[in-house]
Amino acid sequence: MAHSSNPAHGTAHAHAGGHPLVGHLVPVSTLLFTATGLLILTVITVAVRYIDIGEFNIWVAIGIAVVKAALVATFFMHLRWDRPFNVLVFVGCTLFVILMMAFCVLDTGQYRATQYTGNPPVAQQTLDANAPGAPVAQRKEEINP
Amino acid sequence: MTQITAEPQTSGHASGHGHADDHHSGEHAKYPFLAHHFETPAQQFDSAKLGMWLFLATEVLFFGALFVAYAVLRSRFPEVFSYASHYLDTVMGGVNTCVLIVSSLTMALAVYFAQRGKKFALVLCLWLTMGGAVGFLVIKYFEYTHKIHENLVWGPSFYVPPHSPEGEVEASVLAKAPAPAVNPVPAPTDPSATGLVSLAARPPADASAIKPAQSGPKGLGVWSAPTAAAAAAMEPQDPIPAEAPSDHLADPELPPNTHLFFAIYYAMTGLHGIHVVVGMIVIGMLIFRATRGDFGPNYYTPVDLVGLYWHIVDLVWIFLFPLFYLIH
Repeated sequence: MAHSSNPAHGTAHAHAGGHPLVGHLVPVSTLLFTATGLLILTVITVAVRYIDIGEFNIWVAIGIAVVKAALVATFFMHLRWDRPFNVLVFVGCTLFVILMMAFCVLDTGQYRATQYTGNPPVAQQTLDANAPGAPVAQRKEEINP
Repeated sequence: MTQITAEPQTSGHASGHGHADDHHSGEHAKYPFLAHHFETPAQQFDSAKLGMWLFLATEVLFFGALFVAYAVLRSRFPEVFSYASHYLDTVMGGVNTCVLIVSSLTMALAVYFAQRGKKFALVLCLWLTMGGAVGFLVIKYFEYTHKIHENLVWGPSFYVPPHSPEGEVEASVLAKAPAPAVNPVPAPTDPSATGLVSLAARPPADASAIKPAQSGPKGLGVWSAPTAAAAAAMEPQDPIPAEAPSDHLADPELPPNTHLFFAIYYAMTGLHGIHVVVGMIVIGMLIFRATRGDFGPNYYTPVDLVGLYWHIVDLVWIFLFPLFYLIH
């Protein structure tokens, strides 16, 4: 798998077969297939937007984005043939971002919905000064009990 | 020497405390690009890759903090996100996604041609990647300028009617200043009675270049209420209107705190745009060196590392596009 871990392989082909001294040569066909898959998934994710499946819309969109990201990382970024430790660095930090996000969203959900049901004070001030007739300006701030 | 080439790991440990330059002079004479503190090209390549991946990890955390902010805001104001997303141009965003994917492909091809030692194809692919970056920023420029022109921005400026003389001024200054006394028009006592929208401080859009009269008949300085047909057209007939109303403040559907969507939109796409600019700079450096003939099958590490950077820029946009443009 990891060709870079065996430089003897690369050296043997470095000048004969046009292979690099180090690293892995990903065939052009693989790169073209990856790009085609990414473009198809882009069309799908745009199309899914217009289908109402309630709260699952965002999860479908994120799922397609994760598949696209995996395609980019695996083939464009050579992670499939890279050292496992580099995979660990990338996947590990991504997991920690997800962990941080999960805790922040969980924490936010524990607080009262909003302090202001209307516009925040600075926004209301600006509205009163510039566009007092705007519909949104009529929604005066109410502080929740 | 052959033993070192075959077993870079063990030889690295065995002679790690040697540090004699002539110890590996054969390897260094063979590969002029090999730095003196590395023993083999493979060791140098792996070290560079590990360093780049660690940098990319910090990039993921960098953007990750903004994604966390996005998640908190969206969980707190879901109605704002589903409403304001329709102000973003899905076509422009989709085209930009495709532009970045294709430029990622040309960057991966550039690495391939560098590995094969095809200089012309390498330089061509780098130029194509640069073209993708320029195209992305040009489209982004049109998106940004259109939104800024409509006052679809972060902060209190969002609540200043666009196209008004006051709209050009910094809103924070206006917020502190007293309300303009030019042609004071009383706000409608019951705007819901007619269903019409009155923006007192707003002149007609076609007279925006003319300053409101200080005195005299109420004319250019007064916002003429839209007709019933125009007001009906502003009502969203469809879950996804074909075109959002040009003046967001006239839209009765506008939820409070909509400016937060644009705050996080500009923060995330702006940081991404800065990364695209940095990518253009490093790709430009690669073009210079590739034209000079620095890269080949033996040495292409800079092309590979810039490629990794460019792919992570693409990867971030892959998430930004559905999260901002494609909210149902």
